[in-house]
Amino acid sequence: MTTTNEAATLAAIDLACVRGDRSLFQGLSFALVRGTLLKVEGPNGVGKTSLLRILAGLARPEEGEVRWNGKAIGGCPDFAADRRYLGHHNGHGLALTVRENLRVAAALQGTPCAGASLEQAMETVGLAHAGDSPVARLSSGQRRRLALARLILGAAGVWILDEPLNALDRAGQVLFGGLLRDHLLGRGVAVISTHQTLTLPAGIRQQTLTLAVSS
Amino acid sequence: MRTSLATAWWAVLRRDLLLSARRLGELGNPVVFFAAVVSLFPLALGADAGLLRSVGPGIVWVGALLACLLSLEGLFRADFEDGSLEQLLLSPHPASVLVSAKILAHWLVTGVPLLLITPLLGVLLNLPPLAQTVLFGGLLLGTPTLSLLGSVAVALTLGLPRGGLLISVLLLPLFAPVLVFGAGAVGSALLEMPVLPYFYMLGAELALAVTLVPLATAAALRASLGS
Repeated sequence: MTTTNEAATLAAIDLACVRGDRSLFQGLSFALVRGTLLKVEGPNGVGKTSLLRILAGLARPEEGEVRWNGKAIGGCPDFAADRRYLGHHNGHGLALTVRENLRVAAALQGTPCAGASLEQAMETVGLAHAGDSPVARLSSGQRRRLALARLILGAAGVWILDEPLNALDRAGQVLFGGLLRDHLLGRGVAVISTHQTLTLPAGIRQQTLTLAVSS
Repeated sequence: MRTSLATAWWAVLRRDLLLSARRLGELGNPVVFFAAVVSLFPLALGADAGLLRSVGPGIVWVGALLACLLSLEGLFRADFEDGSLEQLLLSPHPASVLVSAKILAHWLVTGVPLLLITPLLGVLLNLPPLAQTVLFGGLLLGTPTLSLLGSVAVALTLGLPRGGLLISVLLLPLFAPVLVFGAGAVGSALLEMPVLPYFYMLGAELALAVTLVPLATAAALRASLGS
């Protein structure tokens, strides 16, 4: 299988990011075809989170642009519906139950929220028994699992995940590996920053982007 | 297939109301503050019925305004800190519409309780029935405007470490016209003069705020989260 004649689905073109008076990166470009995982690596403070937030459309780059199927992501409704972002914060209302949080997430993401698919997602991430517990009572690992459940509500084209393995136990990491494999095999794209090793079956396209401290 | 905007709007409104219902302690803060401020004035000024009647409307309006200011800081704070706001802005639905649901929820849990105890406070301040009705109507039109205007200032100051003071400084000039027309309407009613012009002004402010504020607040939230 050759990748050269396949059009890139997520492309970064000449991105530059400035924090305060420090330039984090510039001239950063890459192109990902469907079914590719991009791992973003580098030491702390090098701009991994900033890059992911730019790719997700939460922050604007100083220069350059991000394209989704050839169109700039700003104001592109297709991209907005196709993107799942998981940052350092899980984005749960702490006083709401697991099920209520998922229902809100489904409505916001634009996924039709049939009760069955919510139960299915909770089951997959191992929170089926905790559906009616407030998130405030969950452990941080369980909260991360709930955030993973949001990813699998409805199919999405691109996952942008910032340290998704944080707080997850060994079983949780295996679970995440499985979800990621299914996502990539389903022709999705993923951009992930992590300091831990992701074990994926052979045959999955992976690229690594190493950010270095710029002077 | 996507869910409709109405579903998402309703989900946001329901979420915020549920969250407020589970934090009843915080919910009571503004209304207790409002009642305390207004009921302290008769004690401080003495039981001169004429004096209370003439300063009463102003006291109620200032109390409502300060209570609203007090409650505003929490409007986006928790959602900002737990990451819910990011998820809201990432939704494919227009952020301005979703934000309007949050502002409506804020008004329902802070503005409406203020309205509900206003008749009681009107009696306390010895206002005649007509003035009480005008006071209630003015607050009904004015408090949503306060919530709306406040949301812009709160959104702008979200990323800042000491946003509270800045919110007050930004908002007092914006709140002033609402206060002037709201209290002016009751003053006019006490003198048996026409009150409708005041209501027109309050209504105009509300209409402007409803149409423009959600766009400004959504843009301000994007700016706060993007930095």
